[in-house]
Amino acid sequence: MKFLDYAPAPESRALLNLKDDYGLFINGDFTAGRGTPFATINPATEQHLAMIATANEADVDAAVSAARHAYDGVWSRLSGSDRGKYLFRIARLVQERARELAVAETLDNGKPIKETRDADIPLVAAWFFYYAGWADKLDHAGVGPNPASLGVAAQVIPWNFPLMMLAWKIAPALAAGNTVVLKPAETTSLTAMLFAEILQQADLPAGVVNIITGDGMTGQALVNHPGVNKVAFTGSTAVGRAIARSVAGTDKKVSLELGGKGANIVFDDAPIDQAVDGIVRGIFFNQGHVCCAGSRLLVQESIHDDVIERLKRRMQTLRLGDPLDKNTDIGAINSAEQLARIRELSDLGQQEGAERWSVDCVIPDNGFWFAPTIFTNVATSHRIAREEIFGPVLSVLTFRTPAEAIAKANNTPYGLSAGIWSDKGSRILAVADKLRAGVIWANTFNQFDPSSPFGGFKESGYGREGGRHGLAAYLKPALRSGSRSIVAAPENTAAPVSKKTVSAKKAAK
Amino acid sequence: MNRLAIPKTYKLYIGGKFPRSESGRVYEVLSHSGEFLANAAKGSRKDARDAVVAARSAFRGWSGASPYNRGQVLYRIAELLEGRRAQFVDEIVKSEGTSDSDASAQVDEAIDRWVWYAGWADKYVQVAGNANPVSGAFFNLSVPEPTGIVAIVAPQGAQSLLGLVSAIAPALVAGNTVVVVANENAPLSAISLGEVLATSDVPGGVVNILTGSPAEIVPWLASHADVNALDLVGAAELDWVDLQISAAETLKRVLSPEAGEDAAAPALSRILAFTELKTVWHTKALL
Amino acid sequence: MTSSPLAAYLPDQRALALIGGEATDANLRRYLHGIPGIDAVGLEARAADLGSRSIKTSSKRWAIDTIIGLIDLTTLEGSDTPGKVRSLVTKALVPDPHDPGCPRVAAVCVYGDMVSTAVTALGSAHAAGGAEGVNVAAVATAFPSGRASLAIKLADVRDAVAAGADEIDMVIDRGAFLAGRFGQVYDEIVAVKEACRRTDGSLAHLKVILETGELNTYDNVRRASWLAILAGGDFIKTSTGKIAPAATLPVTLSMLEVVRDWHHLTGVRIGVKPAGGIRTSKDAIKYLVTVAETVGEEWLTPHLFRFGASSLLNDVLLQRQKMTTGHYSGPDYVTID
Repeated sequence: MKFLDYAPAPESRALLNLKDDYGLFINGDFTAGRGTPFATINPATEQHLAMIATANEADVDAAVSAARHAYDGVWSRLSGSDRGKYLFRIARLVQERARELAVAETLDNGKPIKETRDADIPLVAAWFFYYAGWADKLDHAGVGPNPASLGVAAQVIPWNFPLMMLAWKIAPALAAGNTVVLKPAETTSLTAMLFAEILQQADLPAGVVNIITGDGMTGQALVNHPGVNKVAFTGSTAVGRAIARSVAGTDKKVSLELGGKGANIVFDDAPIDQAVDGIVRGIFFNQGHVCCAGSRLLVQESIHDDVIERLKRRMQTLRLGDPLDKNTDIGAINSAEQLARIRELSDLGQQEGAERWSVDCVIPDNGFWFAPTIFTNVATSHRIAREEIFGPVLSVLTFRTPAEAIAKANNTPYGLSAGIWSDKGSRILAVADKLRAGVIWANTFNQFDPSSPFGGFKESGYGREGGRHGLAAYLKPALRSGSRSIVAAPENTAAPVSKKTVSAKKAAK
Repeated sequence: MNRLAIPKTYKLYIGGKFPRSESGRVYEVLSHSGEFLANAAKGSRKDARDAVVAARSAFRGWSGASPYNRGQVLYRIAELLEGRRAQFVDEIVKSEGTSDSDASAQVDEAIDRWVWYAGWADKYVQVAGNANPVSGAFFNLSVPEPTGIVAIVAPQGAQSLLGLVSAIAPALVAGNTVVVVANENAPLSAISLGEVLATSDVPGGVVNILTGSPAEIVPWLASHADVNALDLVGAAELDWVDLQISAAETLKRVLSPEAGEDAAAPALSRILAFTELKTVWHTKALL
Repeated sequence: MTSSPLAAYLPDQRALALIGGEATDANLRRYLHGIPGIDAVGLEARAADLGSRSIKTSSKRWAIDTIIGLIDLTTLEGSDTPGKVRSLVTKALVPDPHDPGCPRVAAVCVYGDMVSTAVTALGSAHAAGGAEGVNVAAVATAFPSGRASLAIKLADVRDAVAAGADEIDMVIDRGAFLAGRFGQVYDEIVAVKEACRRTDGSLAHLKVILETGELNTYDNVRRASWLAILAGGDFIKTSTGKIAPAATLPVTLSMLEVVRDWHHLTGVRIGVKPAGGIRTSKDAIKYLVTVAETVGEEWLTPHLFRFGASSLLNDVLLQRQKMTTGHYSGPDYVTID
């Protein structure tokens, strides 16, 4: 027998108790949505999982009111240490129910159980644990003494790391004393609903966190609601622009975490086997549905052929298939829509003249799948070198000198991430200095930690999540004064540093 | 017998030089009591475009200079301002109609603020940046870096010099380069400041000063894809919401207008508003 | 670079061709230090990832039997006696007295002066290089330290070969390696290989023990691996098992990567033997996965992969019994050797 055809090693679904339908989580309880409910499916099999509610404008309003009420009446009056205790509870509950959450996430999103179990869910717990400890130490957030929370935060998250994105949003907001209305992505609302159950188990006061499911209209209504003080969005650059436009003239603080076309730069002195692993991790982890993916390989021309050969050999060991199988490396694409987009851009790549190579895998009959693919001979002017594909597709370009690598890496409106592979410390540091990217990995890739700020330069967005700076995103200085002794330092957002009267002309807008 | 004075021509300050507006236009600058003071250049969108080009050219050198070097350069500007106190006081008295002592107080405050900001150049990184205690064998460091080109609408009301200084100094501290649209009615201090900059060690293009109508010029800066941030501190009287919407197209970092005594008050947050936090992970291993 | 010409060369010609000159310290250093380095964090993460594979049911059954067939059952104690060696040999031939279907191990590994005892004890089951039986591997060259004159180390080898050893597990001179005397390390391996020659002209199979725990860094292990292969070793082996750390998954992975690259470069297949510290079948399975996913399944054969182990066999047998009976087994149901 072929050993490498590993026998099935499925994770059990038994520990999951899915309901047939889920409502909106508002004011501590589940309530029916007033919009039309919709189905969520398992993208690996296209099987129905559950019905999810749609929040209409009235529901959004109810959620924001609940959040406001909870903010005014309860949450803003709690001590930091009490807020911290709730967050610690949540962290522990996530750890207790970790396996169940991992299975649910794999079913709803399509990503392998190996990733949800070993990456996503542990990071969720870690994020809550990290921010729990900040709740009573806000003086040290870098916003000056006694900083104030903002109020109600509207948070809209994407489908690529559903529960993890939820944690990135909710944990710092709550630690800083805000209340939350969060809208999960349409195709991946399940773990958010399970999380709502966890909030009930944690006995979190009603209204502090509200989770409203729905579609793009729900998200829009939430972001545009006049009753929110902060908007936090992770998703496409196009929607990010729309949000930036819609908050113009309001008091809302905004942070945006948008797309990217990260350059993974491999120098001729790179630790070659680890670099190949890093390339694979950079673009095939999570099926390439990663904003900070290393979707452009910039490899030094002198080692191009060797690297590509090694890369292809390494890619042959990637196993595509049932996401619930513990040996699966590449899961399903999240939706038919996303699959169509990946296909379209890949076909474009071929038309543009790049050379396409894909892993020879057995594609299951049902579900949405795309074999890991690389394009070589990609030029900087090719669209597949510039546009975010958001799938397991790598564009390979070459460079001759470090300066050229930097220039090519920076030659994009995006600026989220980059990777540097070299054995030379001085070069790594110098290249890192010059790359215009918010997160840079040297001899590694796609590492995340709650203490490490994450976010982009340029059109990849602004604001940071994680770390002290991620906390500061949900705070404002205690008071504003002309005195030089005030060292208030909010993070870099589009929001006003201070708000004064706006002339009547503006009020009409 | 009264000596015939030689009136100064007030031109734009772009790329370290003093060009007239490419449009050839000027506008009358009147004193507080309505007397003719000067014909100031009326900057056009092409002047704005040229200013952005100059600012981009200068960015690499300015952001690449050591913080100590930037601090010294900024401090020298304060030295030169101090040397030119009388000129600035005189211009302010004429433009704003203030008393000598009020004008002096404004100039003093402007200089002192400039010194305060200069001193931050080699320190703000220590306050805003930090190592991050990540899990795993990694050295992880977050450091604020300059955003790039900052377009600024200087405060348009009283205290034109102080407003201008308060608006541009913080952006420069972090290594950004600046295109500033001066106080429309009282632009003279701005151009005199340009003269100070031109005779200091500030490389050409680091600060670019446009006089004229903010309502005409700023929209071109707000929509310019090579401008990275937009400080609308002095834009309260403009259609600033439209400007913010326009800036959203390229995801610019935007600061909203401020008004009153407190506008652009000195704060570390003003420096940090024009920085981007970069976080780098390094593997570390003995084997 | 095409592989076929290099495949046909004898080791010393091949080495000359690749290094571009004589095997001096300087030339070897230039060559070995030109090989891409290793990032330890990345290597260890890859090993951990390979170790997280879930090998179940039919795959596990196959893995268990394969592991047994790849074991060099080992006793290397000062207190070894003929009685001990005979007991070991019996176990090697019949690992599970309750199940005659249980495969035999690949070889027994003993000190050179115990070789004749082992050969006699094996009797007709002695493979003598054949596919069916059990080989006799002897440690030699003043194992484990290697600290003796070359003459003594070579005599050690010749004695073991003369006594009937099919395989020689030599140790490299780690002191020489760490001091940069790569030429000396190279020459010694060449000399040992020659000392493996029998009167009929055939060669005993040479495994080169790097003692990775003393070489310390992964880069050193990588360079020593290349050096051993250049010099003519048939197998590269991690450890003597006498110091810690012995074999680890990341170290073995790095050696497999060398073997992979060598095969790609020359067409020649070199074997890998992790030894020491592999005590559980769970661990051993991780190694099988690592081999399969790094160099390919065809390496999972005694000619190209061995486990140097003593207590591993019993744990594997316990697992095998559970797979057969369906219930957990216990120490009373496996034999001590």
